[in-house]
Amino acid sequence: MEGIFGNLAIGFVEVFKLQPITLAGMTLTLPFNIIMCLIGVLLGTLIGVLPGIGPVATIAMLLPVTFNLSPIAALIMLAGIYYGAQYGGSTTAILVNIPGESSSVVTCLDGYQMARQGRAGPALATAALASFFAGCVSTLIVALFAPPLAEVALKFGPAEYFSLMVLGLVSAVVLAHGSLIKAIAMVILGLLLGLVGTDVNSGVLRFAFGISELADGIGFVTVAMGMFGIAEIIGNLEQKEHREVFTSKVSHLWPTKEDWKRLWKPTLRGTALGSALGILPGGGALLASFGAYTLEKKVSKYSHEFGKGAIEGVAAPESANNAGAQTSFIPLLTLGIPSNAVMALMIGAMMIQGIAPGPQVMTERPQLFWGMIASMWMGNLMLVVLNLPLIGMWIKLLTVPYRILYPSILLFMAIGVFSISNQPFDCFLMACFGLLGYVCVKLGCEPAPMILGFILGPLMEENLRRAMLLSRGDPFVFVSPSKPISLTFLVVSAALLVIIALPALRKKREEVFVAEEQPAHHP
Amino acid sequence: MKVKSQQDLWAGLMFVGFGVFFMVVALGTPEFLDKLLGTRLIPGYQMGSSVRMGPAYFPVMLGGLLAFLGLLVLVDAAVEEGPKVAKFNFRPLLFILASSLAFAYLLKPLGLVLAAVALVFISAYGGHEFKWKEVAILSVALVIFSVLVFVKALVLPFPICPDFIEICPIR
Repeated sequence: MEGIFGNLAIGFVEVFKLQPITLAGMTLTLPFNIIMCLIGVLLGTLIGVLPGIGPVATIAMLLPVTFNLSPIAALIMLAGIYYGAQYGGSTTAILVNIPGESSSVVTCLDGYQMARQGRAGPALATAALASFFAGCVSTLIVALFAPPLAEVALKFGPAEYFSLMVLGLVSAVVLAHGSLIKAIAMVILGLLLGLVGTDVNSGVLRFAFGISELADGIGFVTVAMGMFGIAEIIGNLEQKEHREVFTSKVSHLWPTKEDWKRLWKPTLRGTALGSALGILPGGGALLASFGAYTLEKKVSKYSHEFGKGAIEGVAAPESANNAGAQTSFIPLLTLGIPSNAVMALMIGAMMIQGIAPGPQVMTERPQLFWGMIASMWMGNLMLVVLNLPLIGMWIKLLTVPYRILYPSILLFMAIGVFSISNQPFDCFLMACFGLLGYVCVKLGCEPAPMILGFILGPLMEENLRRAMLLSRGDPFVFVSPSKPISLTFLVVSAALLVIIALPALRKKREEVFVAEEQPAHHP
Repeated sequence: MKVKSQQDLWAGLMFVGFGVFFMVVALGTPEFLDKLLGTRLIPGYQMGSSVRMGPAYFPVMLGGLLAFLGLLVLVDAAVEEGPKVAKFNFRPLLFILASSLAFAYLLKPLGLVLAAVALVFISAYGGHEFKWKEVAILSVALVIFSVLVFVKALVLPFPICPDFIEICPIR
């Protein structure tokens, strides 16, 4: 326990460290890391509030900007965007009945009803406070559990890593919408696209077709912006724009005594469930919020009020999505394995900065590791302090029509992608992936599993090769009793696939996703 | 045989197509075809063995798996009732893609200002309503913002003005 506080102290020192910065010719000494954290959470809230742009596209857009930052400043800012978006998403869900973020889909159900009953203020405050509570607890969980997990992970060989990645990909598939086979196929397509470029072992240029720009492979920023950013804009433009904003009705914010009594237990349950689900590969904020809402509806004695403005229906998913967002950093920080698309981008950000993600980060760069964890707590504090007074401003932003928004988003994406290598080719690739993403959505294939596969492709091949070399070509090395960890991962993966393929569960899963899709219409 | 799910039909074909494509490129064209044509059409990569995997090994495995899954989706399309493919809306699709391409290929010769204006106008034309005045104001605002933030503050090496203007008025 004492070690934890010592470590967190390292982190806080790092976060508040004064650094000389040269900006526009002037050199200033500022606590730069905490400023980047502030920028990150504000930006995260902004894109969380605005429907039609999510954290994946935003982080992808900002990645090139972080090239010039120090690794810690870059990661602190990008992390802030992710959990900041969880705060912002609830504002839109409550006031407009559109989830600003996919993880606030369920918040629409009760939050919007509360707003219609003139209780938008308490709903917003509940969302913010529940998120803050969850953020504090889950940050502590990350600090407590990451070090022992990293220690275990240090003993992983290539076989264990390969099996772990299989488990991660399988979980991503299980959580995808629609057909299971299509989701697996998308993962494999992602793995294949990840192999484009120079093969590290043999130096052979694969799938490059004489295009010199492809020698280093396809940039994952390009893929993410195309599949999520461009495809999303095109998809949004197909729908008619209509919004009803409850702007005038946000007067008193503070929940009543009765509210407090009703919301503390759901917040605790939401935090616990969210933290647990966030750690799972393939988990994160989205799964957490759904799980918490479903659980609360089952155990609450006010379950008849759910869907009609029950405060529990706001507190539980909002605490859960924030907890899940924080704890999904655990697999990233300890194993170097991304659990969702945002984490995949974070891996990319680390690699750009020359840091190999994995368990050694904690021991080799304690400042970075603990600084990031400390920044999460600071970020949550800033969010709750800033956001409640700033709600008026965010509401104003909601009245900006989409026809103004999307050309701006598109321009920033194009600038971001162009700046990666200063060549038009990346923008061309982005457009290609935009088209692919659009087609995939039309064909009922979700792009999220593909991007995970894309990131893991080269890593998986590398570990597979090494494991096979060590076992002298014996494919049973992954399931041999001498490798119990690898065996466990694969057994769990297989079990997940079997369970999800069972007809009864398949129905249930479809129902969940249908329920999710209904309020999820973007403008 | 009747197709019960249009969506699955096209998705299946897409997966089979990608799978076969990656396999063929990794393996190279089959020997009989090479003999027939008298030349190696696609050279392919080395397969290696399971102990020492060559560059073709993993892609061939994955490509085969992808094609197989595509076939399963095709079977599904014939067996299970499924949704039709939602209609493609070509206007936003074409204009959004065109606008990002225009930006990319105009940036170096024409500079950030004109490339950004082109992107904003073309993409705005793909939306529901297009108001000249509004789009003009938006493009001016975005140009000022991007020049200040991206070129001045973040020092991205973008030209601001076209090549042929010797002295750029924006400094």
